Amino acid sequence: MVETSQTESPQPLLRVKELSKSFGGVRAVVAVSFDLYPGELLGVIGPNGSGKTTLVNLITGLVKPDAGLVEYQGRNITGWMPYRVARLGIARTFQMVRPFAALPAFKNLIIPLFSPRVRSLSGGKYGDRDSVAKDLLEEVGFERDSSVTYKPAGSLPHGYLKRLELAKCLALRPDLIILDELFSGLSIAELAGILPIIEKLLVGGTTIIMIEHRLRELFRIANRVVVLNYGRVIAQGKPADVMEQPDVKEAYLGTE
Amino acid sequence: MVVKRKRKERIDRGIKARSDDIFALTSFREMLYVAVPPVLPVLLLLVLPLVLPLYWKKVLISAAVFALLAMSWDFIAAVGMVSLGQALFFGMGAYTTGVLDHYAGLPIWLSIPLATVIGGFLSAILLLPVIRLRGVYFSMVTLVLPLMIERIIEATALFGGTEGITGIQSFPNQWVEVYLVLVVLLLCLFGFRRLMTSDYGLVLKAVSDNDRAVMSAGINIYWSKAQALFIAGSVGSFCGAYLTHVYMFVGMPAFALDYSILPLASAVVGGMGTFAGSVMGAMILVPLSEALRGVGGLRTVIYAISLVVFIVALPEGIFHYIQRKYHQFERWVEVEG
Amino acid sequence: MLEVTLIYGFVNSVILALVALGFSLTFGISGVSNFAYGAMYVLAGYVVWILMHKLAIPFFAAAALSVVLTAGLGAALYWFVLLRVRGMVLSEVIATFGVGLAILELFRYLGFTGFEYTLPSFTDGSIMIGSTYLDYQRVWIVGVGVFLAVGLYFFTHYTKLGLAFRGIAQEEKTALSLGINSDRVAGISVAFGSGLAAVAAILILPRGTISVNEGYDVLINAMAVCIIGGLGSTPGVIVASFIIGYAQMITDTFLGPHWKMIVSLVAILLILVIKPSGLFGKQKELEERM
Repeated sequence: MVETSQTESPQPLLRVKELSKSFGGVRAVVAVSFDLYPGELLGVIGPNGSGKTTLVNLITGLVKPDAGLVEYQGRNITGWMPYRVARLGIARTFQMVRPFAALPAFKNLIIPLFSPRVRSLSGGKYGDRDSVAKDLLEEVGFERDSSVTYKPAGSLPHGYLKRLELAKCLALRPDLIILDELFSGLSIAELAGILPIIEKLLVGGTTIIMIEHRLRELFRIANRVVVLNYGRVIAQGKPADVMEQPDVKEAYLGTE
Repeated sequence: MVVKRKRKERIDRGIKARSDDIFALTSFREMLYVAVPPVLPVLLLLVLPLVLPLYWKKVLISAAVFALLAMSWDFIAAVGMVSLGQALFFGMGAYTTGVLDHYAGLPIWLSIPLATVIGGFLSAILLLPVIRLRGVYFSMVTLVLPLMIERIIEATALFGGTEGITGIQSFPNQWVEVYLVLVVLLLCLFGFRRLMTSDYGLVLKAVSDNDRAVMSAGINIYWSKAQALFIAGSVGSFCGAYLTHVYMFVGMPAFALDYSILPLASAVVGGMGTFAGSVMGAMILVPLSEALRGVGGLRTVIYAISLVVFIVALPEGIFHYIQRKYHQFERWVEVEG
Repeated sequence: MLEVTLIYGFVNSVILALVALGFSLTFGISGVSNFAYGAMYVLAGYVVWILMHKLAIPFFAAAALSVVLTAGLGAALYWFVLLRVRGMVLSEVIATFGVGLAILELFRYLGFTGFEYTLPSFTDGSIMIGSTYLDYQRVWIVGVGVFLAVGLYFFTHYTKLGLAFRGIAQEEKTALSLGINSDRVAGISVAFGSGLAAVAAILILPRGTISVNEGYDVLINAMAVCIIGGLGSTPGVIVASFIIGYAQMITDTFLGPHWKMIVSLVAILLILVIKPSGLFGKQKELEERM
């Protein structure tokens, strides 16, 4: 995966410039800028309430920025509606997993599979959505032909819900995936199941942004890390280097 | 010391389990078990006009109209839009057909379909701004709009003002009249039920469940909601257009609160989200209100109270209740607790 | 002419604000939109009339009693109906709408229509402002309206219950963890809103007869003001009231009284197109699309 950052592509896949947003008096995100190159895995870390999720919402259009610029594949997508952003190939997971509880797990994937992006990518046809959905679930670790695939999503254990959330992303066949705390609440064993899936995505050329609290796992796969604190970028760079910086230590440990 | 408590246990009937998959039908009894629920009401609705006296035939017509309005309510409610103003849809269709008939002189077989489509379109356009908002806004605007339009027609004397438009052509004969609405009712009933289990319906329902997730899946929820509004608006407009030709009159009462309340009550009492419940509710409430003619204005009070009682105490509605009894049996079991 | 429009426009605006205040307050605090609001308003008027004419209770005592009774009914509505369906918008809307409908139509059924159903003015007579006559009742309306608006501001900013109100409105979970009983506060807010409806009714109704249809009109007006001002925002209510109030008065003078309703309708449609969350919409999620 390392070679991707060396093959210096002239144009970043995603460029975020001076992005800002405040809610009432609270400045949630302040002038955040970073570039993301194709095939990279960028980690976004920071203490609770540092504006990570708001940043994701700003990029994916769920929240309209006060100022700044979001450019995807050279196109200005600042303030676009979420569905238009998704159709360009930016998929995301939500921190709070809220599946369509009454539907069987695989039927949850019908919704992304119904999006116009999927149709245009498969040449104007949707195909058999049910079987595509089951294949996708197998890809993220639902055992083939086991009953979990057919159980109502509301009754699934947390680990499966996270996988389902990931599968919903993959259903869109995205070029860029934004994972908002995908690892939170997972056991070591469950993590061991999901990590290879993400590594496989990277090998396949997908670009990924990961918001994460579990730094050890993140650092194993991330090419680059952006550290947020109080909505500002306080450090940026290779994982190991970043953690050495005093600002970051202070933000995390709260010491002078 | 273990405390024994009683708990109600519900178990699927054997016949339900056996006939869940269509290829497993092995006996005549199982076939009947599957076939009776959809076929019986169809037969009933188609035979009733042949045996009912004229007066009750009119009641059946109005029950069918309210059943359609209730289904249209149920449909957009499933997409997360709680309407308090089905009268808007009804009135739009009624006035469109009135105008087409009176000013353009179109024949009835053109004015009804045109009014259905145009009325649905107008309703959707009027409500378009509200679909961007969640929650209670939609209810407020749908409650306010028809009442306001009523006042505006009164104020501006538009389309006959308080007098309305009279002399609209009627149906060629009463059989066309009755069977048109019944056939549309059955088509809508099975159409809606089919639609909601299709993938398209799944997406619509998902919008009301978790709109963020649907948006992030690349689906334009506003467009989906607008489509739903158009469909529901068309069904409502058909009702308006149809009754206008039955009464040979259209006027301000087309936007009256009655057309909002009774469909709502039918859907809630019958059971939301099933469409069959809406039909059942209307088929119970409308004849009931005819039977209660003697008490006059108290009818609306009764609707209102049944609305509150059902929504608070029995939110599943009658249809779900019957469905449960049909498919499952219940028994009290002792549990340790 | 201009003077009349200015003065009566002001009175009209205050009336709209009075009518909308209770509805907006309840929503702002507990998120409950009380569709029985118009019924509460009319009910309060009839209660005063019944107390005065059937039980021979003097007007001011009857008025006070009516406010208390209506507020009590609001509390009962919350405890016996809303509490059971809390959080389900669909059920809340249908339940309150049903209750309102039942109350209004019951009055219609019982025959409460006619010219004898009027409430007395507080004080008879009128004053001259410039060259315009203004009766004392309208002076009362303006006075009490302004007093209520100012009083509410101080109540929500400086009293314990008021602060609890605002706490629930802003962040229910946090308020809960600070020991504020959100159910009780929400119940009080519905009662409070209903009480305000009663106050508005007692002030405004003496201008004409009490009628059942007034209940629907009040609900429509309250909602129109709240949609335009932004649901749950008190400054929004006041600004929207003045916009609609004056716009109505101007159309009334130049186009005729029938056109008043069109003003509200056009205003609602315009605001929904331009800024759906209303002029002062505090609803973050609405502005933020979600």
